[in-house]
Amino acid sequence: MALNPEQRMLKDGVERFVRERCRFEDWRKSVASGLAFDPDNWRRMAELGWLGLGIAEQDGGIGATPAETLLVMEGLGRGLVREPFVGTCVLAMHLVSRGGNALRQELLAGIADGSMLLATALGEPDARFNLNYVNTRARPHAGGFLLSGDKSWVPGASTAQWLIVPARTAGAVDDRRGISLFLVPATTPGLQRTDFRGPDHQHVSRLALTGVRVEASAVIGQLDDGLPLLEHAVDHAIAARLAEACGAMDAVCAMTLDYLKTRKQFGVMIGSFQVLQHRMVDMAIACEEARSMLDLAMQHLDAPAAERRRAVSAAKARIGQCGLYVGHQAVQLHGGIGCSDELAVSHYLKRLAMIEVSYGNSDYHRDQFMQAARLPRDDAGVAV
Amino acid sequence: MHLAHSDADQMFRLRLRGFFASHVPQDLRLRVRSGLRPTPRAFTEWQKILYRQGWGAPSWPREFGGTGWSPVQLHMFEQESAAADAPPQFHQGLELIGPIIFTYGSQEQKARLLPRILSGDDWWCQGYSEPQAGSDLAALRTRAVRQGDHYVVNGQKLWTSYAQAASMMFCLVRTSDEARKQDGMSLLLIDMKTPGITVRPIRTLDEQSHVNEVFLDDVRVPAHQLLGEEGRGWSYGKVLLDRERSVTSTLGVRLARQLVYVRERAMQVRDGGRPLLENGGFCNALAQLEIEVMALEQMGLRMLADNVAGVDTGPRGSMLKIRWSELLQRCTELWVQTLGYDAAAFAPAVADQPFDLAVAGPMGAYLHGRVTTIYGGSNEIQRNIIARRALGL
Repeated sequence: MALNPEQRMLKDGVERFVRERCRFEDWRKSVASGLAFDPDNWRRMAELGWLGLGIAEQDGGIGATPAETLLVMEGLGRGLVREPFVGTCVLAMHLVSRGGNALRQELLAGIADGSMLLATALGEPDARFNLNYVNTRARPHAGGFLLSGDKSWVPGASTAQWLIVPARTAGAVDDRRGISLFLVPATTPGLQRTDFRGPDHQHVSRLALTGVRVEASAVIGQLDDGLPLLEHAVDHAIAARLAEACGAMDAVCAMTLDYLKTRKQFGVMIGSFQVLQHRMVDMAIACEEARSMLDLAMQHLDAPAAERRRAVSAAKARIGQCGLYVGHQAVQLHGGIGCSDELAVSHYLKRLAMIEVSYGNSDYHRDQFMQAARLPRDDAGVAV
Repeated sequence: MHLAHSDADQMFRLRLRGFFASHVPQDLRLRVRSGLRPTPRAFTEWQKILYRQGWGAPSWPREFGGTGWSPVQLHMFEQESAAADAPPQFHQGLELIGPIIFTYGSQEQKARLLPRILSGDDWWCQGYSEPQAGSDLAALRTRAVRQGDHYVVNGQKLWTSYAQAASMMFCLVRTSDEARKQDGMSLLLIDMKTPGITVRPIRTLDEQSHVNEVFLDDVRVPAHQLLGEEGRGWSYGKVLLDRERSVTSTLGVRLARQLVYVRERAMQVRDGGRPLLENGGFCNALAQLEIEVMALEQMGLRMLADNVAGVDTGPRGSMLKIRWSELLQRCTELWVQTLGYDAAAFAPAVADQPFDLAVAGPMGAYLHGRVTTIYGGSNEIQRNIIARRALGL
């Protein structure tokens, strides 16, 4: 994609940030600290204006388009950056900004200046990846609600001050209607949190809610009709993760290519072997394909729901597959050292594997794509 | 890159749509829908229809009789053509030798040969491969010796597509022996009626005869039929690389349409009394291919956009060729799967029984599809090219 001058500057800025602050040894240090991410990096990202990138200008943000957000995530993906940009500045920001809430202004300002972290409780134990399957209940109580249920995948909850919890206010467990989104302070009584980390060292939590009391004003968006808003916000988050995947894929391909040109066996550089050359070419093609699908997803982020579903799910499914391919082959071409913890390569594979499963894996999204395919296409027989 | 969002583009698309709706012959449409390639006669008929519309060479510059359309317009043309079940135009004259003639040919050659490509009066075949020169094309041995105002050509070409239907051949021959084997080659434009040319069709695995052996025995070619300079024939192929963007960027469009045929077929075919399309395994395979073909289309558009913006696209044409051919093979495999037991009823055992296009078509497309990863530079050669040019290996 041709970049305009502002985008070029932003891209350069992110590259410099990653080069100077997110080298692999910095990543190791950050991981060893036991923290979910490096607070200094987060402050710096706020100073650079990135945290308010997607927030409208009248709300104190930059008012950038998704293209800029994706540029940032692509750059951060190259450096395995763990800072909670997507959870707070894309997903939660979108929910708060478009859904609306009594605390909207305060939250958006806090997101932009880096003082506020939010996490959204997406998974439930029996839902697998289906956002409409919500068994957590919100019962009216004394003018507010009592929330009860279990959440199984809440990225970034270990550091968030606020949680956004989808809960059922009406309907059967998998009805699309009857889901409401609640803004819950992370320290509310009745909320039990268990923190984990993935093989990629990114933090994720499970939540158990037992009669968590919230005010009526805690609702984000429409009561009973939170799902479309949630799906839209998740699609923006997916695109950001896909940009991250593209960055990670490019970075690990560059490392692998470099290795092929320096590692010698049988007295020659291993990159002179045709079978390895062709594998490397297939990795390069996978990167090109992933980038093309990222374009497609980006173009449809604000398209009507069915078109958006089709494009974003197709991209999520395919980039997941391409990412795993590249990650696996990067390890393979490095040989034994590729399997070591010491080299960055295996950590890229782990991150790509975690992106594949985030917000629904490739199989799930292929299924979503199929369901959207039953809707009409344009006259040329092509999805546009 | 987003297509067709300006009003002018939308008008253009509607004009194309109107044309295709009323100009694609019904038997041609049925054949395309079946998966079988059009016959040379049908290809020519279609070329003449487009020519009468002024669209004989959509991708050529206007000064040579082309449309002068932008890459985006070309893409729309292919989309609308595919949606109307029209075939792609036969490419060896239009996309291979035509651009070489208008780039390197003499005024006389341009004036005499280009209009006949446009009108469909000439059918060109490509005399490149030889028995000992396949992937290693530069090893070719067919030799042309200058005698007065003629070249005398001796040798053998192999896998020459549609030589049996061609009126002209562009033929790569050796005119001298040089240190680098790519040097010393020349491109001759040969009238297929010249004495000394023998064409022997080769029956291929799809039970068709698209390809031939061509024997050249003391074939006398007038010297003015040399294209460009003697000894520089190899380098003229490079012009085609620059044109890859407009050609390869549209490859995904036809495949997307073919998957629509597969989907339609799977709605009709029963599986335990229910539509095959309700079979989960089949559905997953179809959706997977639809997604990958979408990616192919998107890769083409990305290359297009970069070209329009003046960004170097490197060997992305090779990437597209690899992905397109691999996907075509998988799409036609899936198409054959829709046939079930009918796949075994490929052709009547006795002649004169009616021939079921709906069975023979997908099987023919599948079998013919095997060659797509081999021709035009095998996918292994394409990978060598990418490794060398893009990765520096």
